[in-house]
Amino acid sequence: MLDSLKLYLKLIRINIRSQMQYKASFILFTIGNLVVTIIEFVAILVLFARFGSLQGWQLEEVAMFYGLINIGYVLSEAFGRGFDTFDLQVISGEFDRVLLRPRATELQIIAHDFLLLRFGRFLQGLAIFMWASVNLGIIWNPAKVVLLIFSVIGGIAVFTGLLIMQATMCFWSTQSLEVMNSFTYGGVYALQWPLPILNRWFASFFIFVVPVACVNYFPLLAIMEKPDVLQSPLWFQWTSPIVGVIFLMVSLAVWRFGVRHYRSTGS
Amino acid sequence: MKAYISIFRLRVAVQLQYRAAAAAALFTQFFFGFVIIMVYHAFYASSSQVQPMSLQQAVAYAWLGQATFRMQPWNGDQEVMAMIRSGNVAYEMCRPLNLYFLWYSRLVSLRLVPTMMTGIPMFIVVLFLPTGFKAALPVSAAAGGAWFLSIFMALLLGCAISNLITISSMWTIAGDGMQRIFPAVIMVLSGLIVPLAFFPDRLQQLLRFLPFSGLVDIPFRFYLGMIPASDIFSLGLLQLFWTGVFVIIGIRLVSMGMKRVVVQGG
Repeated sequence: MLDSLKLYLKLIRINIRSQMQYKASFILFTIGNLVVTIIEFVAILVLFARFGSLQGWQLEEVAMFYGLINIGYVLSEAFGRGFDTFDLQVISGEFDRVLLRPRATELQIIAHDFLLLRFGRFLQGLAIFMWASVNLGIIWNPAKVVLLIFSVIGGIAVFTGLLIMQATMCFWSTQSLEVMNSFTYGGVYALQWPLPILNRWFASFFIFVVPVACVNYFPLLAIMEKPDVLQSPLWFQWTSPIVGVIFLMVSLAVWRFGVRHYRSTGS
Repeated sequence: MKAYISIFRLRVAVQLQYRAAAAAALFTQFFFGFVIIMVYHAFYASSSQVQPMSLQQAVAYAWLGQATFRMQPWNGDQEVMAMIRSGNVAYEMCRPLNLYFLWYSRLVSLRLVPTMMTGIPMFIVVLFLPTGFKAALPVSAAAGGAWFLSIFMALLLGCAISNLITISSMWTIAGDGMQRIFPAVIMVLSGLIVPLAFFPDRLQQLLRFLPFSGLVDIPFRFYLGMIPASDIFSLGLLQLFWTGVFVIIGIRLVSMGMKRVVVQGG
């Protein structure tokens, strides 16, 4: 296990070093990405300027949701890039080589690529989160910091899980299932707003099926010390990010099932 | 002219093949549409002030935005841009056609067909959704007519902008960063992300005269009856004017780019 982690870190280091050979391109991409995501946030600003508040939620609180969901999403894109482009590996037959090596397939796939180019979105999410946290006067204590770190890990787990399930579909269709994208992008978009404003069906979907709310809405309530209109118990708000990890484990199980059914496309 | 029309028809046939992509886009757009409308419901419920557009109008606006989503100038023509990068554009130069209009007619089919494939089924469905989520038909026949003309001109305008993005890759081989910024800025200024009516009043005055309101805001307001149908002459002229400006810039850029093009052998 530890050995695998070491290997992973080594492969990622090599990957990052090779991407950093194109420094100008990296900087331009980061700036481009930053501008695009800032513009996205303008939409939220405009609506708040026009309407004042959102059913008892203020701009800064929404900004907390927005910042955290984007951080989790963009990190999952960076780590899970190999799964995102997995259909190409199946089509080209490169996956056959992965199967021959004496290492876990999922490890090799995530070590395949590490996407640095979305760094701008990460910076923006982080900046907005910090701005909101300062403006709301949130008092951070060690417990809250730990909860925040777990929420980020949980967020990475959920979105990576989605990527893995999308990649698993390639074993049957060699064309990745684009519908998964609407859960990913839709989840990011929907959960940048407070969960209670969503319709019951949508909210339940994001709690029980694709548990994005468990790594964003619930832990942030505990951090903001805000009573939940949905009346979730406090102990759940503090432990909910674990659901994200469970989701990842389920999707890994699905992945292993898929690998057993893999048939090469031939050369 | 005949040559460009047949290119257009050929590309339409190609585009019609992408049915799975259309189905996926339909699903995504419904998903986003519902979430946007829920957000509007919540915002409208939290403010007692009179808003520049009613909730019903905002809902219809959101669905119109999703239905015409794939028509907007999100990017250039990826195939042509790949040709410019790889040098295969040399083949394009051999054709006895004007490159600008060759690419332009490709773009019209590239935007029109996906929009029809997702937009029309989507729009029929949203007319029958439960109250609070459904879109209404245009307020009058005249409004519908003005909308139809205006959305057609929005298509022409959008393709002129897309073509500029395509052409820009003659200068910026690795300019992917820039090629993402402009569409994002354009789409906010057009009113697709948030209706322009919600922007601060002072800013709106400016935004209405910029070319980008012609992509989304002008046709949608015709549909909703927020501007009288008779304004189609003045506002349509504004759309056409900006289209003309972008087309002329594009033609100039193509001829400038072609003079300095270097084709590597091999």
